[in-house]
Formats: sequence, structure tokens, C-alpha cells
Amino acid sequence: MQSSFPLFPEAASSIASDVDLLYFFILAVSSFFAILVSAAVVYFAIKYRRRHADEVGHDIHGSIALELIWTVIPFVLAMVMFFWGADLYFRLARPPADSMEVFVVGKQWMWKVQHPEGVREINELHVPINRNVRITLGSEDVLHDYYIPAFRVKMDAVPGKLTTMWFKATKAGTYRIFCAEYCGTQHSGMIGHVIAMEEHDYEAWLAGGRTTGTAVENGERLFTQLACITCHKTDTSGRGPVLAGVFGSTVQLMDGRKVVVDENYLRESIMNPQAKIVLGYQPIMPTFQGTVSEENLLQLIAYIKQLKAPAAAPAAGAPAAAGQPGGK
Amino acid sequence: MGQQLEASVLGMWVFLVTEVMFFGGLFMAYILYRSLYPDAWLAGSHELNEMLGGINTVVLIFSSLTMALAVRAAQVGSWMGQVVNLILTIIFGTTFLVVKYFEYAAKFEHHLVPGPHFDPARDPAQQLYFSLYFMMTGIHALHMVVGIVLMLIILRMAWKGRFSAEYYGPVEVSGLYWHFVDIVWIFLFPLLYLIGKHH
Amino acid sequence: MTHAGNNSGSYLDAPHGIASWLLTKDHKRIAILYLISITVFFMIGGLFAAGIRAELLTPAGDLFTADLYNKVFTLHGVVMIFFFLIPSIPATLGNFLVPIMCGAKDLAFPRINLLSWYLYLIGAMLTLGAVFMGGVDTGWTFYTPYSSMASNTNVTLAALGVFIAGFSSILTGFNFIVTVHRMRAPGLTWFRMPLFLWAMYATSLVMILGTPVVAITILLVGAERALGFAIFDPRVGGDPVLFQHLFWFYSHPAVYIMILPGMGVISELVAAVSRKQIFGYSFVAYSSLAIAIIGFLVWGHHMFVSSQSIYAGLVFSIITMIVAVPSAVKTFNWAATMYKGSITWESPTYWVIGFMGLFLVGGLTGLFLGAMGLDVHLHDTYFVVAHFHYIMVGGGVMGFLGGIHFWWPKMTGRTYPETAGKIAAILVFVGFNLTFFPQFVVGYLGMPRRYHAYPEEFQILNVLSTGGAGVLGVGYLLIVTYLVASLFKPRNAPANPWGATGLEWDIPSPPITLNFETEPVVTEDAYNYAGRAQKAREN
Repeated sequence: MQSSFPLFPEAASSIASDVDLLYFFILAVSSFFAILVSAAVVYFAIKYRRRHADEVGHDIHGSIALELIWTVIPFVLAMVMFFWGADLYFRLARPPADSMEVFVVGKQWMWKVQHPEGVREINELHVPINRNVRITLGSEDVLHDYYIPAFRVKMDAVPGKLTTMWFKATKAGTYRIFCAEYCGTQHSGMIGHVIAMEEHDYEAWLAGGRTTGTAVENGERLFTQLACITCHKTDTSGRGPVLAGVFGSTVQLMDGRKVVVDENYLRESIMNPQAKIVLGYQPIMPTFQGTVSEENLLQLIAYIKQLKAPAAAPAAGAPAAAGQPGGK
Repeated sequence: MGQQLEASVLGMWVFLVTEVMFFGGLFMAYILYRSLYPDAWLAGSHELNEMLGGINTVVLIFSSLTMALAVRAAQVGSWMGQVVNLILTIIFGTTFLVVKYFEYAAKFEHHLVPGPHFDPARDPAQQLYFSLYFMMTGIHALHMVVGIVLMLIILRMAWKGRFSAEYYGPVEVSGLYWHFVDIVWIFLFPLLYLIGKHH
Repeated sequence: MTHAGNNSGSYLDAPHGIASWLLTKDHKRIAILYLISITVFFMIGGLFAAGIRAELLTPAGDLFTADLYNKVFTLHGVVMIFFFLIPSIPATLGNFLVPIMCGAKDLAFPRINLLSWYLYLIGAMLTLGAVFMGGVDTGWTFYTPYSSMASNTNVTLAALGVFIAGFSSILTGFNFIVTVHRMRAPGLTWFRMPLFLWAMYATSLVMILGTPVVAITILLVGAERALGFAIFDPRVGGDPVLFQHLFWFYSHPAVYIMILPGMGVISELVAAVSRKQIFGYSFVAYSSLAIAIIGFLVWGHHMFVSSQSIYAGLVFSIITMIVAVPSAVKTFNWAATMYKGSITWESPTYWVIGFMGLFLVGGLTGLFLGAMGLDVHLHDTYFVVAHFHYIMVGGGVMGFLGGIHFWWPKMTGRTYPETAGKIAAILVFVGFNLTFFPQFVVGYLGMPRRYHAYPEEFQILNVLSTGGAGVLGVGYLLIVTYLVASLFKPRNAPANPWGATGLEWDIPSPPITLNFETEPVVTEDAYNYAGRAQKAREN
């Protein structure tokens, strides 16, 4: 993997060397000023050393010009670092639309990975190189953090919500994964590897993987098993909103707010259904807190996401049928 | 000594700033969760008795009046004014706490105390509301208790005739504390008791 | 505010007896009481640090069990931050010097000062109690839901200890603010104050505004644990990230509580060792205030990967970059003070140079972390550990030690051996760099914080770090040894061993109980070396 005494991590993702570039810039600026000021201080201490016991220093009070210079220059440099860092962050925070999905759930003290095709892994993550990979991250219990140093990416797994991160591996190889948010006894044991493979190797691995059904298939099974289907029918006769086509749309809530239906809204609707009730519906949905695991939630969400709006629905794309008043 | 009084008053104001920051953390949690769960907040607020809360509000306002009168009485050296007003302040403060006791007892009976005995039929987010309700009113009540103890000490000093135009600092400084505790309640009352009541 | 004491004999002599110390209202005696207490806790915290570095010598977690290690690093943080760093300079040098530098007999509220020491002790005892009952393993940051729901250690007891110690901090800050506002001697205008006073004032602002927020946050965690309340519990809709906002709202400004006093000490030392007016006095004074105020607006830079919104992150990042500027301004001004100074090579100079070097690295590495895109990689790695140790130990502890050395003759009436002082400063500087510089490297490599065991390729850097810690420990032990030994020597320090300006150097070493025989009247600016030399020449 790496030499036995590395001093710098491998750069194995599309963004890694950009992160490194910012690092080197700040390193150069910092080194410059650290050396400049330290050298000045030592030089002054030697050059102006006290020659006799009563000697005092010169009567100098200050210089507005100097104050301006050494306020403005650091300020400008700091702003460059801010904008550069912010730009990098935006790129890190916005997964490309064509990303392939992977679901990762952290729990004390392991990482449970699920590919949409159904293959699961524990602590390992196989990905193809040169493809954008978007990870949806959840936690079963406490805070965790999914960190891949070689890719320069990291995101907290927060219990009660879903977070996302993305990367594009550029070099085939095996790279470390660490949990980077203290989570109790085996925090330092919650580690693993990313195995980045050539596309065809990845497809082969995927095909050979033991699977218990794709995420969508599992989600559909759960949807029936948990009786969601009794209220969320495919037509508007159910007591709950129709879910076909709801993902990505904007819905109107009972209290007047409007929300965009994203993964977190779906997750909250299942775990805490009283929180954001759609206009026109009764607050009768039971909570599934404690009944569904984070992994199940991700499967349900995968299923609901791909439910297409029925072809006979009104031409207006959004809001979904759920928003229609008196929907019985 | 003028410097002593000025120092004490400045000191009390600095202390009250720390109290604002202390309660501030609770208000921040309240603001976040109310914006996330407005229905739970509305339902939770409906469980509170706004008449009792209103009575308590009036009681505290009167207590601040008597407190201010007590400070004034100390400044002009009126023994009767100090003693009567301090006793009234203490009575008002105690009334507040007694009403609070009855309110809390009712919550207990109705399974509204967060934790293992919270009514399972309710929206779980209401536990957030009631946790903040108890933390905010509970800590406020603790401050009231401290205030009443302070008043008892001041009353004893006033009874012994310790205060006059030359020396009334402790009364003034205690008065500042008492007004602050009153003002906190003025915020707590509408925020906790009066949600949606304008309908 | 009157003392029962007499006006002759130093504050160390009269009144006599343990009771007179434990019930003292004299700010100088309270400073000494604090000095003893925080030294004890520094050693306890240091023991925990030794445990961490010993475990990390090898990649495997073979010295402690995972649970024990987690408690060791938690307690290292809790003890060092709440029971050493936060009180360190303010409660020792601050308590001792603030009244004297104001030309006053004591602080505004001497009994509250004593109360603050007892609150510190009570908090410390409760936390030690938590240690003896099996420890705490949440990390000093107490993140929920682990701390409020999952950990089965003595969280509530330790949190209570910290809560009470927080009031100690608030009372100290409150006392300083009122003293500086109301008790300055005639002629001592704000802009004639020594910069140490400006630093203590700015620190006090942070103490009184920030500490109450962590107090209520701790109460909320305690209520969740002990009473079953729901505040951060995600199962009912609570937000664990709310805890982080409330926690860091205090804990970021807290780091300024830990560095501003050190900067104040360095201002005094730089002027004294250079026998020169501080370059840009008012800029340094205003920078202290700027750091204190702007420091309240950056807390979200601890949360760039916590699921905080991108836009909030942007605001926190830009303000983080801005708050770096006043620190840079101060550093340039200190360096410029030395230009054309008359610089002694006595031991305080070693502390000044050591501070400057280490604070430069610590402060500049904050820039790496404030840049959001880079922080994604560095968050929760050893890079952060190195950064904050450079500031808090390289800056804060060096400042504290430099100040203790500088004012030691004044406080105790004794001098310490100069050569030992220089050797100690060098040992601390070298040991510190050896301990923490490798951590920048291993952090960028990806080694996370709070890891009990780690991959083999990180070992060499960890071995270097542990080696450095050994040298650092020797340096500290050397200091404690010769300073304590000096107490057994005769009390013959001169009133002004350094030839420095300042009201504290016009009074005997050690001072009398009421500080001044008669109330001083201030007629000159601080650090008026040139003016005094001019007057001496004219006479």
C-alpha cells in the first residue's frame, strides 16, 4: 500500500491534489511568516543586546504605516485562503448528478455498506475508479464519521438524519477508512478499507457478490411488510399521500410551510411522522422509530425515490398528488 | 462610600449579563425546536393553564413594584416602607412558587413529565417541548428561591434599621436581581403559555 | 473592603497560621492558593498525558484497555482545560497583579475572590471523585448523544464538577471587570494601563459572556442523563448538533480565555526585556478586545463536517480568517518592540522567544483549519491536536511559565537560579516541538484523534512524539524543583530585579498586605523607559 514510513498521504481521488494544493499554499505562506518573524526576533535579540546595566531601548512608539501594512497584507492573504477553501468545500459538498449511490450506516463499532444492486459489505467499500460515487450516510446510535484520507473526504454520520458525501477515485488501490468522530469503546477499531477497482473488475466483483436483493427490492418488500401500502396507495383513495413521483417535489404542509421532499424528509416522515404533516391529511401515521433500522430506512427511501408519477396524473409536475386538497 | 455602591451596582449588572447568557442557551434551544416542530409546540402549550400563568405574571409584576418601593423607602430612610414592601415582595414571590407547585403537580398527574412516564400516545416531539418547559421554568423557579432568601436577609437588615440614605446598596442591588428574575418570567410566559392563543 | 491586617511586614508574614490563609481576603494570598491548586492539577493532567503518549508508542492498544484509554484522554482534556488552563494566568498572576497594576489595595470584591477559589476546589474535588469512581470516557467535548445516552461512565458527576468550576471562572472575570472599571488609581487612564490589564479585561469579558452558556449546556446533558429529559435525543426529534452549537459557543471563546492572558504576559515581558515602549501600544490593546469579541462569532468552524449548512460554514470560515488578523498584528508589534531595544539575555527573554516561535506555529496552523475545504481532510485528526497544543501549551503555558518566572521575585521575595531557568526554557521548547510537530505530519496522513490503536505506518511519528513528551516532562519537573527549592532560600530579592517599569516594581518584594503605603498617582504612560532615562540624565 504505502511505504513503511510515509510522510504524506497518497492522492487517490479527483479532488485530493486540489486539497493538497491549498495545503501547500497555506504552508508556504505560514512558513514564510513564521521564519521571517522568528528570525527577526532572534536577530534583534542578538543585535540589540544590552551592553550595560542602565541602558534602555530607543524611544519608538509605533508607526501607523507599518500597522496598516501588517494588517492589510495578512487580511488579504487570509481572504485568499477563505475563498479558495470555500470553493473547495462547495465542490466537496455537491455530489454530481450522475453519481452512483452507495448507502453506509455506522453503528458502534462497524460500517455497514450497501450497494443499490444488493451487495453488502462490512467495513469495506468496493468502488469503481473514475466514477462519481455518492454516499448516503446514516447512524444507528451515536455520532460517527466516515473518513477516507487518501480521498481527502470526510462526513459525520449523525443519528436522526442522513448526510451525504461524494468522491471520484482516480487510482486503483486499497485505502484506509477511519471513523473520525469519537463514539465509545472501539472507536479506533471502527476502521476499514476502500478497494478502488477498474470498472470491469468492479462489475465482476458486483456480479459475484452474494446479494439479498437490491435496495429497491428490499425497500418494496419492507413497504408491504410494514403495511405502508395500506395507507399510501397508488391512487388517492388512501389515508396517506400517494408517494409515486413525490421525491424531489415540493409539498405544502398543514402549518403553511413548504418543504422539498428529499431523503431527510422521507426519513423524518417515517421516524417522526407528526413533524411535517402534508396539508389535507390527518396526523394518524404511526412512528416506525425502533421498528426500522437505518439500513431499512435507506432501502425504503431507495424504493420510494424511484416510484414514478403515474402517467395519467395531471400534467403539472409538482406539487405531487399528495398536495391536492380533500384528497380522499 | 460612593465608590462601593458604584462598584456593587456595576458588579450586579455584570452578573445579570451572565444570567442573560445562561438563560440564553435555553432560549436558543427553544427557538430551534419551535421552528422545527411547531405543532408539538402548539399542542404542548395547550396543556398549560394560561390563567394560572397569567396570575403568576401579575403577581410578579406587583412584586417588582413592591421591590422598587422598598428600595425607595431605604433611600429615604423609611423603616415602615422598607419592612412592609419587603414582606409584600416575599409574599408575592412565595405565591408564585406555590402556584408553580400546583402546576407542576398537574403535569405529573397528566404524564407530561418527559422521560419514562411520558404519555406514549403523544407526539414524541412534545417531550422536547416539556423538557424545555421544565428546564426553563424550573431554573427560573430556582432563581426565585434564591431571590426570596436574599429578600429575607435584606428584610432582617432592614428590620434592624441598617439602611439609610447613606447606605442602601444591598437593597438596590437585590432589587436589580429581583427585577431581572421578573423580566425572565415576562419572556417565559408568552413563549410557553400563549402559543397560538391569538386565534 | 478593609483588611484587619497591618501595614508593615509582607503579605506572606502576617497574619499567621493556616486559618489566616484559608480565610484570607488578600488577593495575593488567594493567588498563591490558586497557584498551588492549579500546579497539582497540572501534574494530574500531565500524568494522564504520559499515559496517552505511553500507549501510543506502539500501534497496538496494548497498554490500556480501550475503555481505560478513552477515560485517560477524556480526563487529560477535562483536567488540563477546566482545572489548569482556564484559571491558570487569570487566577494566579491576574489575581496577584490586577489590583497592584491598578494601584489599588485589593480587587473590588475580595470575599467573592475567595469564594471563587473554594468553588474551584469543590468543582475539582467532584471531578476527582468522578475519576476515582471509574472515570469519564466521553472526551472533554461531551458530544451527544454519546454523553447523554450511550456512555455508562460518571458523566453527570464530572459535568457537575466542571459546572461548579465554571462559576469560579465567572466570579474571577466579574471581579476583574469591576476592578478595572472602578478602582484605578488617580492618573491611571485606560491608555496608560499596562497591556497585561487590557489582556485580563478582554479575557474577563469572554469569561462572563461565554461560561454561562457551557453551564446551561452541561445542565441540559445532565438533565437528559439523570432525569430522562429529551433535549438532544434524536429518537424524539432532538438534534445532536444543537449540543455542538451550544458547546462550542463557549468552548471556542474559551480558547481565547486560555491565550489572551499569555499574550498579556508576553507584552509585559517583551517591554521589560527590551527596556522599550511596546510598539503600537493602542493597536495591541484594541487587538485584545477585537480577539475577545470576534472570537464569539467563529464557533461553527468546529462543525464544518457536522451537517451544518454550507452557508453557515461560510460565515464562520470568513470570520475565523478575520480573527487571525489581530493576533498577527500583536505578533508583529512584539517583534517590532525588540527592534532597537536594549535586550537582556536573562531567562525571561528565553520565554519570550520560545512563546513567539510556538505561538507563530500554533496561530498560523489555525489558518489551515479555517479554510473549509482543507478542514474536511484535517478535522478530528492529529493536525488539530497539534494545532491546539501549540497554542495552549506553546502559547498559554509558555506565557504562564514566563510570567511565573518574571514575577516570582515579586510574589515570593526569592530569586531562582538563572542558569536553571534558561535550561528549563530550552528543554521545554525543544521537548514541546519534538512532541507536537510530528503530530502535524501524522495528522495530514490521516491519523484520527482519540485513537487507542493505530495503523503501523504511523508508528515512527508517534515514537518521536512520545520521546518529545519525555523531554518536555523533564523540563516541567526541573521548573517545579528549582522554584520550590527557592522557597527555602532567604527572602532577599530586590524590589525591581529586572529594572522594569510598572507599579508592581515600585513596591517591595514581596509586597505588604495593602500593596501600597500610600495610594499611587500615575503620571506617565506604561513602559516609559525612554522618558525615565531622559529624566535621570537631566538630574
